[in-house]
Amino acid sequence: MSTLAVSSRPALRRLLPWLLPLSLLLAWELAARQGWLSSRVLPEPLAVLQAFWNLARSGELWHHVAVSSGRALAGLAIGGGLGLLLGLLTGSLRLAETLLDTSFQMLRNIPALALIPLVILWFGIDESAKLFLVAVGVFFPIYLNTFHGIRSVDAGLIEMARSYGLSGWQLYRQVILPGALPSILVGLRFSLGLMWVLLIVAETISAQAGIGYLTMNAREFLQTDVVLVGILLYAMLGKLADVLAKGLERWWLVWHPGYRAQATV
Amino acid sequence: MLMMKDIDMLAFGLHREAEPAAVPAAPAPQPSAGLAIEIASLDKSFGERPVLQGIDLKIRPGEFVAIVGRSGCGKSTLLRLLAGLEQGSAGTLALDGQAQTGARREDVRIMFQDSRLLPWKRVLDNIALGLDAEGAAERARAALAQVGLADRAQDWPAVLSGGQRQRVALARALVHRPRLLLLDEPLGALDALTRIEMHALIESLWREQGFTAVLVTHDVAEAVALADRVVLIEDGRIALDEPVPLPRPRQRADTRAAAIEARILQRVLRQPQPADSEAPDSRWPQEPLRLGALRFAV
Repeated sequence: MSTLAVSSRPALRRLLPWLLPLSLLLAWELAARQGWLSSRVLPEPLAVLQAFWNLARSGELWHHVAVSSGRALAGLAIGGGLGLLLGLLTGSLRLAETLLDTSFQMLRNIPALALIPLVILWFGIDESAKLFLVAVGVFFPIYLNTFHGIRSVDAGLIEMARSYGLSGWQLYRQVILPGALPSILVGLRFSLGLMWVLLIVAETISAQAGIGYLTMNAREFLQTDVVLVGILLYAMLGKLADVLAKGLERWWLVWHPGYRAQATV
Repeated sequence: MLMMKDIDMLAFGLHREAEPAAVPAAPAPQPSAGLAIEIASLDKSFGERPVLQGIDLKIRPGEFVAIVGRSGCGKSTLLRLLAGLEQGSAGTLALDGQAQTGARREDVRIMFQDSRLLPWKRVLDNIALGLDAEGAAERARAALAQVGLADRAQDWPAVLSGGQRQRVALARALVHRPRLLLLDEPLGALDALTRIEMHALIESLWREQGFTAVLVTHDVAEAVALADRVVLIEDGRIALDEPVPLPRPRQRADTRAAAIEARILQRVLRQPQPADSEAPDSRWPQEPLRLGALRFAV
């Protein structure tokens, strides 16, 4: 009796968090089958799986995922790269901070999505508009956290490194950059979250390919199952990006007691 | 766990102490190893506030000098001036006859109160910081072995104890073969057992390598245990320059050391009373309370 209780407890504990979502899924399936839930509101879960499978087999799914991911990463590279560069600049040089930081702080308070009308006027509705929106959105978290990271590097360490003969690029590479890295990675994780949000909105406005196009197209034809596939894809891609960012933290910040991979959990 | 470590260190310290004892007791560093220091009427002020006034101090090559004083007396500033981290306001400071202009010197190294190890570099890479690529790893490894931590080369600083971090910092300073080692209260944050062990380690490495050493500390016992001379700074001036003519390696609980320590402490504790340095004995009745209160401040 007691051995059974001991051996079943960990398995039970692992299952417990899934109890609610699984029963919801079951209830949903049941409601759809019984016709209580119109497929115009929500298709049955099995239909969503079916749609996913069909899209994946035809290759259509991967095409759209590739297009969306390409946009997201290009926007991140442009906006994040600029944010990193300018953050390093304003963090390292007082003159650059005086010249630029006030302007950035003003611009930061404009939500990127508020720019949409202007962006459409400037770039029309093609690729550059989407890239611009994503780039603007991811710029500020990376910029701010890089700036903050550089500024919060322990002055004692810099003084020590100078007195031990480091200067210029060596000082930067061996002391300042690694010291700012935890903060820069926090900015990256913020940016990754924002990146998908902005991309979804940008792709919903207009697109000829991508997950947003897939869902908007399906909406026209009342294919709620495909719409749900699109939503799930965004969720999975967002989660994947977060996992990758966490992996980066574990890899680069292995020295940091706060980020060390935990053996238990 | 911690206990084990402390006992380890103690054993290590005794071992290190025993080694130089085999050599004749008189300190015989190579004459060229240490740097000579000559400070003449040196002033330093931060804004309007004078920190050091008219400091005159000569330190022979290879000498071990301890600078003691209350917090804020200017002793750390004097060390930073020696390291070239600050510039004097007036007067001269010469190392081996050359004015210290604030330029970094290859032969001067400083050890800080906090170890200031780079947390993102492994112990060995921390020691190799600023070394030329050629043979850096071997030299760093040798320095690490000197402080008895050869097996910790690949650890992150975050997993070391406070005493181990300071030993790594000592290795990092010594790997450059400095001719002047500046110690800015490097043992202030360590527990008593680790301090004793570090005293023995610093003394033996100093005897071995013959560099000039300047130790800033607020602990008079530590100053007497390590130094050839104890210099007391009060209100930015040198108030006392006391030789410590005791044989090396120094023994713990030496009565002569205790007498010197008592003499210096007495001088420090009398200080708050009016200008005349020979305070009248009529002041003594208040003494027990004052002594307890002041020991902390010193």
